[in-house]
Amino acid sequence: MNVLLDNLDLYLRGFGGTLALFVVSAIGSLILGTIIAGMRVSPVPVLRGVGTLYVTVLRNTPLTLVLFFFAFAYPRLELVELSFYTLACIGLTLYTAAFVCEVVRSGINTVPVGQAEASRALGFSFTQTLGQVVLPQAVRAVVPPLTNVQIALLKNTTIAAGFAVVEAGGIYANLSERGYNVFVGLLWVALFFIILVVPLTILQRRLDQRWSAAR
Amino acid sequence: MKRTRMLVAAVLAGALALAGCGQQGSPGAQGSGYEPAVAENVTVEGSPTFDKIQQRGRLIVGVKDDQPGMGFRDATTGQFSGFDIDIAKMIAGGLGFSPDQIDYKVVPSAAREDAIERGEVDYYVGTYTINDKRKERVGFAGPYYIAGQGLLVRADDNEITGPQTLQGKTVCSATGSTPIQRVREQNLTDQIVEFQTYTQCVDQLINGQVDAVTTDDAILLGYASQNPEQLKVTGETFSEEPYGVGVPRDDAAFRNKINDLLQAAADDGTWKTIYDGTLGKSGTPADPPQVERY
Amino acid sequence: MSSVLYDIPGPAARARNRTVGAIGVAAIVAVLVFVVYRFYDAGQFSPRLWEWITYINIQYLLLNALWATVSAFLVAAVLSLVFGAVFAAGRLSDHRWISVPATAVVELFRAVPLLILIFILFYGLDRGLGITIDAFWAVVLGLMLYNGSVLAEVFRAGVNAVPRGQSEAAYALGLRKGQVMTSVLLPQAVRSMLPTILSQLVVVLKDTALGFIILYPELLYQARFLGSQNQLGAPILPVALVVAVIYIGLCLILTGISRLVEKRLAHGPRKAKPADPDLVAPQAGHGGV
Repeated sequence: MNVLLDNLDLYLRGFGGTLALFVVSAIGSLILGTIIAGMRVSPVPVLRGVGTLYVTVLRNTPLTLVLFFFAFAYPRLELVELSFYTLACIGLTLYTAAFVCEVVRSGINTVPVGQAEASRALGFSFTQTLGQVVLPQAVRAVVPPLTNVQIALLKNTTIAAGFAVVEAGGIYANLSERGYNVFVGLLWVALFFIILVVPLTILQRRLDQRWSAAR
Repeated sequence: MKRTRMLVAAVLAGALALAGCGQQGSPGAQGSGYEPAVAENVTVEGSPTFDKIQQRGRLIVGVKDDQPGMGFRDATTGQFSGFDIDIAKMIAGGLGFSPDQIDYKVVPSAAREDAIERGEVDYYVGTYTINDKRKERVGFAGPYYIAGQGLLVRADDNEITGPQTLQGKTVCSATGSTPIQRVREQNLTDQIVEFQTYTQCVDQLINGQVDAVTTDDAILLGYASQNPEQLKVTGETFSEEPYGVGVPRDDAAFRNKINDLLQAAADDGTWKTIYDGTLGKSGTPADPPQVERY
Repeated sequence: MSSVLYDIPGPAARARNRTVGAIGVAAIVAVLVFVVYRFYDAGQFSPRLWEWITYINIQYLLLNALWATVSAFLVAAVLSLVFGAVFAAGRLSDHRWISVPATAVVELFRAVPLLILIFILFYGLDRGLGITIDAFWAVVLGLMLYNGSVLAEVFRAGVNAVPRGQSEAAYALGLRKGQVMTSVLLPQAVRSMLPTILSQLVVVLKDTALGFIILYPELLYQARFLGSQNQLGAPILPVALVVAVIYIGLCLILTGISRLVEKRLAHGPRKAKPADPDLVAPQAGHGGV
């Protein structure tokens, strides 16, 4: 208990950073992932190719390397100067978007073909078909797996601790330097993550059950 | 498993050899040129650590491998070099072991106490600050060097001259390390950046993303001595970090023996030779500290 | 499905698509050229920063690192599969005293970040309980606990997806519970979940990169080490580029193998419809690094 109380500042700062990273990257990855999914099913071959390339590269690179490139390579481009927190958000968003894209694309495939055919017969364009008919119906299939992707994102934020972001993943190093029992300290970190993740897991189960029954 | 590795290595090495690109040797001379004197017929009464070493016939020394000038491994040759390494060699010589009888073991900062407690290393020489909390778990011989928290800045930076001038500047250090915790506690600046290694901090410093790197001056001097056109160490140190040799806590005989060796090296000029060949290249002079026995 | 979303483009639409395509390609090429030019400008392509790759010792270092990554992956992959199968069976058990603890274990290890798990295994257990685990096993066991838990969920979802008639028929034939599971349900579940399982293995491969935080000498650790070599010009970026290419290559090989396996199974005698990896499996393919 002492480990927690003595270092409360550390835990608050760490998990504050975790949540700040998570919220921004979660929203960003949902938007970007949906756009890329749209590109992957679009009628323009080049956009499809770009989407596929994006997903292939990002899904096959360790997140550590993605964050590394943003922390060390981006500053060399000498564009707009961004804080390391912003860079970590961008890295996490781009990485997670690749997974969101794949989920959304699979979700699109679950909508019966007749729906799209009917809207085409009514003269809807591609964007109208996708945005007004198919995607709204795909939501029920993609929400549970998307929750999973976001849980993974929440846990992945810990990796940003190595790239100049104050974050729960860095609590260990601080405790070790301050000479505290790191075993107890780490168990507290693990416990807080469980507290954060479990509600999301339960929500996902609920949605999964409700919608799989309706399917 | 081993055979597969050999096979893969052989195939790839063959391919590389065919391509004609297998350079050997180091691009720059790294060694300090220090050769320790090897004592003969050494005995250390009542030291279980020393008995273990003699049975084994080799020394296992815990070191760091990523701190130029202190403890550094050259990837092109696999050789270790630096001030800490030469101190380790000097102690080995005094115990009757030549440098090629030393096995270096790289131990991360956070696992140093564990490695010594478990007897994975016979002694540890690697920017290891003596403090009371650590003394509960390990013993310390020395100090053999008094470091202090310092600041590394770009060579053309004249604004930062000490800790009080950091306000509004971005300061970088290793994640969770004592120096960066001190900066945070003393509110020296609120722009704090933490990376896993000092090299990454130094890279960001040269790049202009951070304005200063802070940690023990010995480590900073190592970087400055390798790249004096771009980097310099500035201002007075603002803490005291006595570096000691980590040994098993309860082996007083072994600790005393190393203390004797450190004292002798300080008195007969060996310390000076080692310093001038490594950290001294940065141009900052230093004297050996008094050994503190306990 | 995707082609159902739009009409077959006519001449006007084709022209428009071509314009959009050309603009898209031009934009991407422009960005790439810009990035490469800036790196060139910053001296990242100067021969000095790439000299490291010519040293024979460094080539061996990289080979050893590659082997460290691959061996950790292989051991962790096998152990994860076993762990997953055991705990999936546990969760599906009719005995509450088995299924409740199994569920707890799976949920626990799915919730804790792998980074924290590896820290606990390597530093924590030693300090807290006096159990010493070396770096290789800390990485492997961490990967096993996390990915094994995810795979347990995958297997469970797969078994649940097998039509109930299958097990009913098996019971009707007089098979015992264990036999129904091992000779009827699991083979079909594995077959239908194979894409998900394989994509989870890609995650295992990528996650070995987390070994660098406990100094397990895998690719990323050695990349960091090489980046600190001042006498070679501290080639942080060039090394990272090379390592990224190696990782992507390894993952693509693994993906390629999984495609092959999928195809072979698709031609197999009993056709089970492969489940979509991104929808069925909870959390599969989204773990760790």
